Amino acid sequence: MKAIDNAVGSLRETFRPDQVWPFLAPENNKVNVDKNIILYVEGLNLSFDGFKALNNLNLYVNDGELRCLIGANGAGKTTLMDVITGKTQCDAGTVYFGQTQNLLSKDEAQIAQLGIGRKFQKPTVFEEQTVFDNLELSLKTDKRVLPTLFSRLTPTQIDRIDEVLKIIGLAQQRFMLAGALSHGQKQWLEIGMLLASDPRLLLIDEPVAGMTPQETERTAELLTSLAGERTVIVVEHDMEFVRSIARTVTVLHQGSVLAEGTMDQIQNNKDVIEVYLGESEDGTATGEEV
Amino acid sequence: MSRLSQYFSAGRTSGKHTMPFVVILLALTAFACLSNLLLPADSVFHVSTYSITLLGKYLCYAMLALAVDIIWGYCGILSLGHGAFFALGGYAMGMYLMRQIGDRGVYGNPNLPDFMIFLGWKQLPWFWHGMDHFWLAMIMVVLVPGLLAFVFGWLAFRSRVTGVYLSIMTQALTYALMLAFFRNEMGFGGNNGLTDFKDILGFDLQSDHTRVALFAITGVILALLFVICQKILSSRFGKVILAIRDAEARSRFIGYRTDHYKVWLFVFSAVIAGIAGALYVPQVGIINPGEFSPINSIEMVIWVAVGGRGTLIGAIIGALLVNYAKTRFTAIMPDAWLFALGAMFVLVTLYLPKGLVGVYAQLMSKHSSKTPPTPPANTTASVKESNA
Repeated sequence: MKAIDNAVGSLRETFRPDQVWPFLAPENNKVNVDKNIILYVEGLNLSFDGFKALNNLNLYVNDGELRCLIGANGAGKTTLMDVITGKTQCDAGTVYFGQTQNLLSKDEAQIAQLGIGRKFQKPTVFEEQTVFDNLELSLKTDKRVLPTLFSRLTPTQIDRIDEVLKIIGLAQQRFMLAGALSHGQKQWLEIGMLLASDPRLLLIDEPVAGMTPQETERTAELLTSLAGERTVIVVEHDMEFVRSIARTVTVLHQGSVLAEGTMDQIQNNKDVIEVYLGESEDGTATGEEV
Repeated sequence: MSRLSQYFSAGRTSGKHTMPFVVILLALTAFACLSNLLLPADSVFHVSTYSITLLGKYLCYAMLALAVDIIWGYCGILSLGHGAFFALGGYAMGMYLMRQIGDRGVYGNPNLPDFMIFLGWKQLPWFWHGMDHFWLAMIMVVLVPGLLAFVFGWLAFRSRVTGVYLSIMTQALTYALMLAFFRNEMGFGGNNGLTDFKDILGFDLQSDHTRVALFAITGVILALLFVICQKILSSRFGKVILAIRDAEARSRFIGYRTDHYKVWLFVFSAVIAGIAGALYVPQVGIINPGEFSPINSIEMVIWVAVGGRGTLIGAIIGALLVNYAKTRFTAIMPDAWLFALGAMFVLVTLYLPKGLVGVYAQLMSKHSSKTPPTPPANTTASVKESNA
């Protein structure tokens, strides 16, 4: 009897006159950052065949911050980005974008449309298309099938693409195929694609891998200039680079946060020294790479 | 304004061969039609009705190659089951033609096609009702392949099946349909299929005029579909399709629902294949389950590979050339054809990865590199900007 009552109750609830069914509700893409925190990651757990890639990970990122994530290989940096961008499902935990957007219930495309841009470790651009087309595809537009089919480039959009081309220094290569760019230029194009989509939060995986010192310097300038208006999370192995851009650094170790603070605090943190410099209690160096 | 138009033209140069190609295609079609109808049979330029029918068949194959190319060449989805959509479109047309026979069949029954009487059936199966209306048959030509492609694509692309697995599934799809259509109980004439057609919309299918008209209609529809495909693929939708082919994950992370794009392109492609099938059946006069056979679907892929995948013109040229070669070859050495086809595929894959169109483009670029290079578009753009 009770089961029937419950069923009737939930039916009644479903068909209540003022009920708005989720699929009929207008899609709400607003990001609420009243508390000045843009990303809440709480109690995240994920294991692959018994290997704990993420282990009760907690992370809060302020709006407009430039945050560096460092950690050894397998510390869970890329996995964390995969979970945030919807590529990987986690076992337990919550990820909120602003205060209201539950990222775990959305797929990659929806998360991207909310304003989370991601740069891969290996530069991924559309090699068979021009630099200009690459940026056109990344613009913040209606990305459903029919609107895309009938869309036209507006002058505002062209100006936006020009602006991005200037920022990433590829104005001369505008009509070159993206596949013909050098490695560093591809990295920049990918960052440019993120910029063109006008994101709130940028997740950047190893932006300076394979770059010359000059390019690295320019990348550092670019990322620092982006912070403030946007929130940037950078994963990087190059400690010089991290030192040059970071205000706050989070150290991941074995799937959870080991330490958080300014670069100086991190370098003097006992746990970090122990893990990275390998000075375990008996004094032998295990030589783990940073 | 000039700057704007420059951007439009610069980003979308792929369509510069479109108009000349359409003109050539339509001109040749018109020439063949007129020379058949107007010139005397002993003239050098006379095209026999047999040739007209053969050419019409080639054009249907070209349309089919177009369908395979937009899905394989542009989106990287290797479908080895497009013969299924082609045959379904053909069967829809065949059902209409079958109903037009009326009481002129062997058994003279005005209500039932011959094969149903042969099977001892007393009444028309439900799915044959209304197929004597041309408009309904035409809707079915588009709807049935489209719906099958939608359901199949929805299931496959949503669960992110790609590559070889998808190809095998499409192959299985067409094979399963072939086995089903071979059964008499399906109500589509079993292994004899549908044949012995008399007329279409009241015109005698055997007459020269009807054959020429069917050929001309096929040519015009091919040109039309070619232009539509070119338009769609040079829109931003087309760019997204290319993006999905080259880096699907990246397209997802910039906010495109790639599964939706793939499903709709697959449906569009299936509809083109269905239309090709519907135009094919009245010209060759028969549709049977053999059209579903996996070999056919693989042959289509070879046409596209030979012509040059990723270029619509290449697909059309490939289909025409390979089929012409097939007609010639099977007349001389019928047994050697499959070997020749296989050899052609291997050679093209090894030496002409971009097909015949790729060879042409290479020759053109060699030719133009001897002449002084034209200034790249971006420098002229910056000159214009500084002038403004």
